Amino acid sequence: MLETLKRVFVYARPYLRFFLMTLLFAALGVSMSLAVPVFIGEAVDCCVGKGSVDFEKLVKIIILLALTVIFSTFFQWLMSLCTNKLAFLTIRDLRADVFNKLERVPLKYIDGHTKGELTSRVINDIEIVSDGLLQGFTQFFSGIMTIIGTLIFMMMINYKIAIVVVILTPLSFIAASKITKASHDSYMKQSKLRGDMVAFAEEMAGNQKIVKAFGYDKRAEEKFDEINNAYGKIGVKATFFSSMTNPTTRFVNGLIYASVGLLGALGVIGYSTFIGTMTVGKLSSFLAYANQYTKPFNEISGVFAELQNAVSSAERVFSILDEEEIADDSDKEVLTSCDGTLSFSNVFFSYDPKVKLIRNFSLDVKSGQRIAIVGPTGCGKSTIINLLLRFYDIDSGKIELSGKSISDITRDSLRSCFGMVLQETWVFTGTVAENIAYGVPDADRERIIEAAKAAYAHSFIKRLPQGYDTVISEDCGLSQGQKQLICIARIMLMDPPMLILDEATSSIDLRTELRIQRAFLKLMEGRTSFVIAHRLSTIKNSDVILVMKQGNIIEQGNHAQLIEKGGFYAELYNSQFVS
Amino acid sequence: MRELLKYLKNYKKELVLGPFFKLLEAIFELIVPIVMAKIIDKGISQNESSYIFKMSGVIVLLGVSGLCFALTCQYLAARCAYGFGTELRTALYKHINSLSYTSIDKIGTSSLVNRLTNDTNTVQNGVNMFIRLAVRAPFLVIGAAVMAMIIDLRLSLVFLVVAPLISIIIFIIMKKTVPMYKKTQQCLDRTSVLTRESLEGARVIRAFSRQQEEIDEFKEAVDDIAANSVAVGKISAILNPAAFMVMNLGIIAVIWFGGKRINIGGLTQGELTAFTNYMTQILFALVVLANLVVIFTKAFASANRISEVLSLPSEEDGNMLPDYNNENIITFNDVSFAYEGAGDYSLRNISFSVKKGQMLGIIGGTGCGKSTLAGLIPCFYKATEGSVHVCGTNVAELGNSVLRGRIGCVPQKAVLFTGTIRDNMRWRKADASDEEIINALKTAQAWEFVERLPDKLDTVISQGGKNLSGGQKQRIAIARALVGSPDILILDDSTSALDYKTDLSFRHSLSSDLPDTTVVMISQRSTSLKNADKIIVMEDGAAVGIGTHSQLLKTCDVYHDIYISQMNEKEDKADA
Repeated sequence: MLETLKRVFVYARPYLRFFLMTLLFAALGVSMSLAVPVFIGEAVDCCVGKGSVDFEKLVKIIILLALTVIFSTFFQWLMSLCTNKLAFLTIRDLRADVFNKLERVPLKYIDGHTKGELTSRVINDIEIVSDGLLQGFTQFFSGIMTIIGTLIFMMMINYKIAIVVVILTPLSFIAASKITKASHDSYMKQSKLRGDMVAFAEEMAGNQKIVKAFGYDKRAEEKFDEINNAYGKIGVKATFFSSMTNPTTRFVNGLIYASVGLLGALGVIGYSTFIGTMTVGKLSSFLAYANQYTKPFNEISGVFAELQNAVSSAERVFSILDEEEIADDSDKEVLTSCDGTLSFSNVFFSYDPKVKLIRNFSLDVKSGQRIAIVGPTGCGKSTIINLLLRFYDIDSGKIELSGKSISDITRDSLRSCFGMVLQETWVFTGTVAENIAYGVPDADRERIIEAAKAAYAHSFIKRLPQGYDTVISEDCGLSQGQKQLICIARIMLMDPPMLILDEATSSIDLRTELRIQRAFLKLMEGRTSFVIAHRLSTIKNSDVILVMKQGNIIEQGNHAQLIEKGGFYAELYNSQFVS
Repeated sequence: MRELLKYLKNYKKELVLGPFFKLLEAIFELIVPIVMAKIIDKGISQNESSYIFKMSGVIVLLGVSGLCFALTCQYLAARCAYGFGTELRTALYKHINSLSYTSIDKIGTSSLVNRLTNDTNTVQNGVNMFIRLAVRAPFLVIGAAVMAMIIDLRLSLVFLVVAPLISIIIFIIMKKTVPMYKKTQQCLDRTSVLTRESLEGARVIRAFSRQQEEIDEFKEAVDDIAANSVAVGKISAILNPAAFMVMNLGIIAVIWFGGKRINIGGLTQGELTAFTNYMTQILFALVVLANLVVIFTKAFASANRISEVLSLPSEEDGNMLPDYNNENIITFNDVSFAYEGAGDYSLRNISFSVKKGQMLGIIGGTGCGKSTLAGLIPCFYKATEGSVHVCGTNVAELGNSVLRGRIGCVPQKAVLFTGTIRDNMRWRKADASDEEIINALKTAQAWEFVERLPDKLDTVISQGGKNLSGGQKQRIAIARALVGSPDILILDDSTSALDYKTDLSFRHSLSSDLPDTTVVMISQRSTSLKNADKIIVMEDGAAVGIGTHSQLLKTCDVYHDIYISQMNEKEDKADA
């Protein structure tokens, strides 16, 4: 926990000045605001009774009081400003760093986590760190300042009564922590049930049409009622327990108030020499202190609860930052020209050392050849792509591009040789033009349109509300096929020597699909290409077909050879025509 | 809004007693400064220690009873809020289940989920806070002012200035900052989108070597958040200090004028102390009130969103039973259909009929109305014009549960639910035996892999079916619809993740295992539908051809085009 706190404060380091200023202004603001009751007490003492008000002194005190109030206000405001800057700038840097990291970790890490989870760390967890740790810290500090300051002022007025207050205050603390403990259990149960309820609602109401189609509604209602009732029951308990804190501390406060009143009043009339001297004014400042004394205690215990939360959030965030980065390869050779040849020799690879995948795979690809990768769904066709582009590194063997081992050249220069269109299309929030120009950001409009025309995307883009300036995003109403055409246009603009294509299996409307086919064919002209193929025409006309099953390449050769072999490919191929 | 009140009707007692007890506590709290004033004025000035003891005892007593009242109120509030929340959620969920597809489309499922969980919680919290604070806070403000007036009417004028002044400060600052907070939230949403997109597109970004640009763009977005947050912080940071200042300046005024009043004998020293005490109380109460306004605004917005769902009409239900002897199991009579709020028809003048045990194929591009047409059969949507008949009866007049109980649906997207495979397989038929389940899995070509799972039917499917591959999910989704041998099976392009071989085996076993089931199969591929008894070719909502494969090849241009586009593959076959 301390380690994590330290790391958060390392991020706050550049803003140390705001931190120090926060402390300074907090000290000034708090101590001034604490002086206010003293002045009020003195002012009250000037007004003893009819005809005996010391106006001369009263004016002086009031002016002093007004100045104290104004400056205290000013410092409190400055303190908030500094806290804000400290917190917001620190988490800005933290966020930027985490994002930076996410761009540098191996894809394995990203593939191994759900996108929602990682996004939640970047967004929500960091927000919690900001609330809990940074803002909490200042609250903690000003709380401590208030407590110490109040004690000092009370001691100055009458240390004996102050000691009574000190003895009584832990009551509030004890009560609050007892309540928190008692409510913790039901609180945890409540949040678990709430989680269950949200999960259930997301699953059932989120798929409401299926629920209805299957007439599952009655059974779903029963289950929901079960969760809902349990949640309602535990909710009463949890809420009641946690709502006990305020009245209880108010009560303890009342006790302190009464004791101060009693002792103070007795002191004023000189009931016992033990109490020492008091005045009505001093009593009234004492009462004011007693009134606000327990508040910072509550705040501090709140801060501790949040701290726990914030530390576990911070740990989740730092676990990303602790991930190993892809090794820097800027000292490696930059591949400047690519002749389109490629060779795999004795390649071994597996994602999980326990499950062997690619074993002793060798293949020579000549410039301009077309390689089809086929196999049932989930057979690991994309593994080859992962290895080619070095999203994952091979375990042993060698892959050479243009006669150079791909591990000896920079990743950037390797990847710039390839154009890639995946079945899972990726468009980002931005205009159509920006999306197409993703690989060549400085391309002018003319070239963008040219590329779109070559990809048969121009005609539908033209019909969008703002044409090439229409802002699109993942869920913007463009069809899957249209998004794929945009991705193809992206590659057209890049004009890479090598291609990686993933044909779509899902339903794309006929016309668009024909367009995609034509675009693919045009793209492949004269380029070495790897195609994850589903269409027979693509497969049959390929120079080499790699047949994969359960992650392994089980057959390789051209169509005629494979059919003749009568193996898995032949079986797969023939099955399509038996009806 | 108003219809939500009825869920409070079982909690009238709590609604009245809760605030009442809180009121008592507040009254006691207001009495304390007066008692203290008495201690100062009477006990101290007359040197009566016994009086001081007695009055201090009174303050403690007030505190004890205040605590009891407050705890009673908190308990009543929690009970009322959660009782109300639970009833509301039950009713809302029941209502959601009764909605028609049209209504579901109108609200959207993700929004329904939000309303069922988050919005009900917000309203529940609003009720809780209403009981606890809605009476207490304003009462403290007014009460403190009234007490001040009782003590000294003229001096209480200061209250009449300070209280509104603090309220105005709170109001202005909230008014200024609320839109700014919204903007900050938008900035935060943007970073969220950027993060997600960048994770989803990790491969593309790296393939294009655009990491640095992504990082720069993200940096810009977080800079925006920081700038916005700091800007809004500048204003909101004024609130507390400003209220603190106004209150203390008020106290100064009280002391100054109070001093004058004391000098002429219109006020005592103790009363002056009480006055300053009330001033502090007003400030705290006003701050609570401001928070309350925020809570209630949110609760009202949530309540409105919930009412919107509750006010949607339930799906209409018929009461007729289908005549199982009727030969024509599905009949469309000149059916046209438009989605609610859509400008144009999605289906136009469609007529056909299918006999029991036959297979109907529907082919066409995306958005041509294939799924819409199929959705009319289980009466998910009602025909806008014309009529749809199942077993000779208009589906609108059939009981929904009877009708849908005879139909098995396999949606485009294979959605499975948390629970075991057996649980999922029992969706159509709650008491299906393992034998029935295994038979259905066999027909759907799913048993081969389920059998190999260590826990077989007891295998737990995680949310969204993440532990299964796409093809496996799809096969289980198909099997789920087959349990209980439905009379009609609707397959909405639901074999896309299956390889050709599995797809073929499935079609074979479907016709041999369920010979009496009428199959409605939507597909993109003419090969899948070649053997259908009837194929409907859809284009732009119209049936441009109805007939068998060989008939359509001759008579329907669109079908011919589709076929030609898939010709390559046919030629391949000839070669092979």
